[in-house]
Amino acid sequence: MTDIKPAGITANGALKLTAKDFKSDQEVRWCPGCGDYAILAAVQGFLPELGIPREKIVFISGIGCSSRFPYYLSTYGMHSIHGRAPAIATGLAASRPDLSVWVITGDGDALSIGGNHLIHALRRNVNLKILLFNNRIYGLTKGQYSPTSEPGKITKSTPMGSLDEPFRPLSLALGAEAGFVARTIDSDRQHLTSVLRAAAQHQGTALVEIYQNCNIFNDGAFEVLKDPATRDAALLRLEHGQPYRLAPDGEAIVHDVTDPDPTRAFALSRLTEPTPIGVLRAVARPAYDRQLNAQLEQAVTERGEGDLAALLSGSDTWMVR
Amino acid sequence: MTSRVEETGSTFDESHDPESEPANGGKRVRRLDRVVIRFAGDSGDGMQLTGDRFTSETAGFGNDLSTLPNFPAEIRAPAGTLPGVSSFQLHFADHDILTPGDAPDVLVAMNPAALKANLADLPRGAEIIVNTDEFTKRALAKVGWQADPLDDGTLGEYRVHPVALTTLTVEALKETSLARKDAERAKNMFALGLLSWMYHRPTEGTETFLRAKFAKRPEIAEANVLAFRAGWNYGETTESFAVSYEVAPAARAFAPGRYRNISGNLALAYGLIAASKQSELPLFLGSYPITPASDILHELSKHKNFGVRTFQAEDEIAGIGAALGAAFGGALGVTTTSGPGIALKSETIGLAVSLELPLLVVDIQRGGPSTGLPTKTEQADLLQAMFGRNGEAPVPIVAPASPGECFTMALEAARIALAYRTPVFLLSDGYLANGSEPWRVPEVSELPDLRVAFATEPNAPDGSGGFWPYLRDPETLARPWAVPGTPGLEHRIGGIEKQDGTGNISYDPANHDHMVRTRQAKVDGVSVPELAVDDPGGDARLLVLGWGSTFGPIAAGVRRARAAGGKVAQAHLRYLNPFPPNLGEVLRRYDKVLVPEMNLGQLAMLLRARYLVDARSFTQVSGMPFKAAQLAAVISEALDD
Ligand code: SF4
Repeated sequence: MTDIKPAGITANGALKLTAKDFKSDQEVRWCPGCGDYAILAAVQGFLPELGIPREKIVFISGIGCSSRFPYYLSTYGMHSIHGRAPAIATGLAASRPDLSVWVITGDGDALSIGGNHLIHALRRNVNLKILLFNNRIYGLTKGQYSPTSEPGKITKSTPMGSLDEPFRPLSLALGAEAGFVARTIDSDRQHLTSVLRAAAQHQGTALVEIYQNCNIFNDGAFEVLKDPATRDAALLRLEHGQPYRLAPDGEAIVHDVTDPDPTRAFALSRLTEPTPIGVLRAVARPAYDRQLNAQLEQAVTERGEGDLAALLSGSDTWMVR
Repeated sequence: MTSRVEETGSTFDESHDPESEPANGGKRVRRLDRVVIRFAGDSGDGMQLTGDRFTSETAGFGNDLSTLPNFPAEIRAPAGTLPGVSSFQLHFADHDILTPGDAPDVLVAMNPAALKANLADLPRGAEIIVNTDEFTKRALAKVGWQADPLDDGTLGEYRVHPVALTTLTVEALKETSLARKDAERAKNMFALGLLSWMYHRPTEGTETFLRAKFAKRPEIAEANVLAFRAGWNYGETTESFAVSYEVAPAARAFAPGRYRNISGNLALAYGLIAASKQSELPLFLGSYPITPASDILHELSKHKNFGVRTFQAEDEIAGIGAALGAAFGGALGVTTTSGPGIALKSETIGLAVSLELPLLVVDIQRGGPSTGLPTKTEQADLLQAMFGRNGEAPVPIVAPASPGECFTMALEAARIALAYRTPVFLLSDGYLANGSEPWRVPEVSELPDLRVAFATEPNAPDGSGGFWPYLRDPETLARPWAVPGTPGLEHRIGGIEKQDGTGNISYDPANHDHMVRTRQAKVDGVSVPELAVDDPGGDARLLVLGWGSTFGPIAAGVRRARAAGGKVAQAHLRYLNPFPPNLGEVLRRYDKVLVPEMNLGQLAMLLRARYLVDARSFTQVSGMPFKAAQLAAVISEALDD
């Protein structure tokens, strides 16, 4: 985990970073062909755009294949424990508003073991960007069904088919009062980058679901959305200000990501044919960390900087001589 | 609870001195050396507030004191029932005392349930003040009394003062605009006024307090003040109280200085703020509400002007997770909870061990297992703190011995966490958390300097100009703390085993063995003070060794045993991991080692394993602290056999 000197400062002191500056010296160890490679390349390609020096960027992950992600970036990073990355990132972002904090998680990590932290991070609206790599399977533990697997999934732990109804991550996020909700696909670098850009611009928690192919345990899960022969019919590309139809003969609706009413975004989140990609919702509301830090400032304005001696004495003391 | 064990030279033994009776006109005044009062009533009767106020008056007067609040887990159990009884016991004296007292000399019982629930604790001859208004047929029936104990001889061996507290309070407030129901609610202040008269307590503090507490409702404030004064005047004028009592200030018990009364949880919260100031690191508390730890969250949330961030998390796991995330960012990260919360936090504590980041884990222990006894005290989380994680995951442990020490030990926990980059446990308990004692307010200049240096420069020994996050300080074995925002030190850490030095993921068997041993060596090497032993004659053969909140009762028991001629040494552990460096040598000095604990012998088990000594356990897990008399008896027995 060595890094060579502060990166990206040009002779005239301006910040100029490239994708290469965001590559760590660690050997990437995902299976050849895994969709995670494409996401990593897209993120490394996108980060210079942020214009934030890399020491101010932190990636925090949980456990799972995707959660190895921080090791491959040259920013600050933490590979934490299963499901807890949103909680850990919340503490960091709330106490260090100067940082750009990203969470890397998967469908098992975020929606199963860490479901509680995810929904509360979303409702709380801490300034976190959560990238949820959804491959609809457990990869690292070698192929059990996940909370996003389709019902009837035959896996090692469900030889006769899985029985439970899956989560729709974006519906869940909207139900949890998320202000920013989007979906993209690992292999569409341009689209992925545009969604990352929108997420980064959002103040507060952003949830980006990335359809990611696990070519070892669930290969082709999103093939119909990727195959040039089928994808145009299978995808609904959402663009703010542009019309879309929920059904071929349905009413044209102008997509408004800022609509305070989440009803339409929720309808989109339920839709599978076609599958919407892009930003479903981007509604500004005060971020938790900003408000928390504003309370600290307000307390100082109203009561002055804390005086330890006065605090310890309190109002009821007596002297012993 | 002001004396420290090594200073115990007093001959007072916590039993009554004979009383004297100075004459004072009409009413007699008796001088006492100490008194134990218990206020008891319904959960809704305001007994905790009444006790708190009497405590403040007593502290201001200069007595030494110790308190024991005791309340049900239910917020408002059905009125008038035994499970709904809430009580507050206060022991105050003209000398230094160590416990809230074994048994009350005076019981204030606001209703039949309060009388019934506490009667068994009263010694013969105790005074009982009862609110006769509540002794109706119905109320008596609720607690299973067919006949009225005030008339049927049940209370024959006590000195009973029947007082129509409710009627007298309503009468005193009849000039106010208050509805009868509201007026009745001030009866606890009437009782406080009466007791304040009986024991010559100063009253201005309570009046100021009431006016401040009800500042937004002046009519309520005035009603409470009126009731309080009426109670005082009642004592002064009524015939049924012929005697009042004087307990002189405990001038000799206190070292010179400024004092206040403080509870363990308040002292702990202040200790955390002080640690933040002294380390110049912002305090971040991640916590989830749980009895009996929530008051620390409440207190810290009031002090945002100290740069304190409090985060009420969605669960216990998120509470510690956020604290650890903040620590990664350079904050003084703290999580506060009780035993069940620790169980949930275990995995994150293990992560903190692996990340080698500073983190304070505060466990206000309560009765267990599972939900157990939320409002009662116990010290049965020691082994959980010591071992309750997967893998070899050593964590330093400190434990305050009195409410005031919660302040000092919070600073100590922070010192260890920051210097060694490790999570640290602070084990308090319900008894310390809610109990209170006079506390000498320290000068800020006396507080330790806890500043740490963040890493700012690349440190790679290979000359690459890179940063190795696990390159250790050769003295402390601590790794560098490089916080995000520091250019050139970008690094990744995680829960997977790392190569020592570089911090790169490593599955190498020899490296893992080395890392496990290094993390253990780091904790074993934490510097903690030597254990002081109190052995006045220097020739004791029996050592009584305790830890945590049992200090007061043990020291009181030891005093009694000594007063009876017993030769006994006492020592008290405030550092449980690592143990003080001289502990083995101390243990070997004595023929017998007696270890009283409010668990089934957890410290004794550690001592036997570590030092091969035949430590004898004396245990109690009733949810209540030990009593001095009980320990005195156990000590005498140990001396005899
Ligand atoms: S198991 Fe699947 S998700 Fe994991 S690295 Fe391999 S291909 Fe990627």
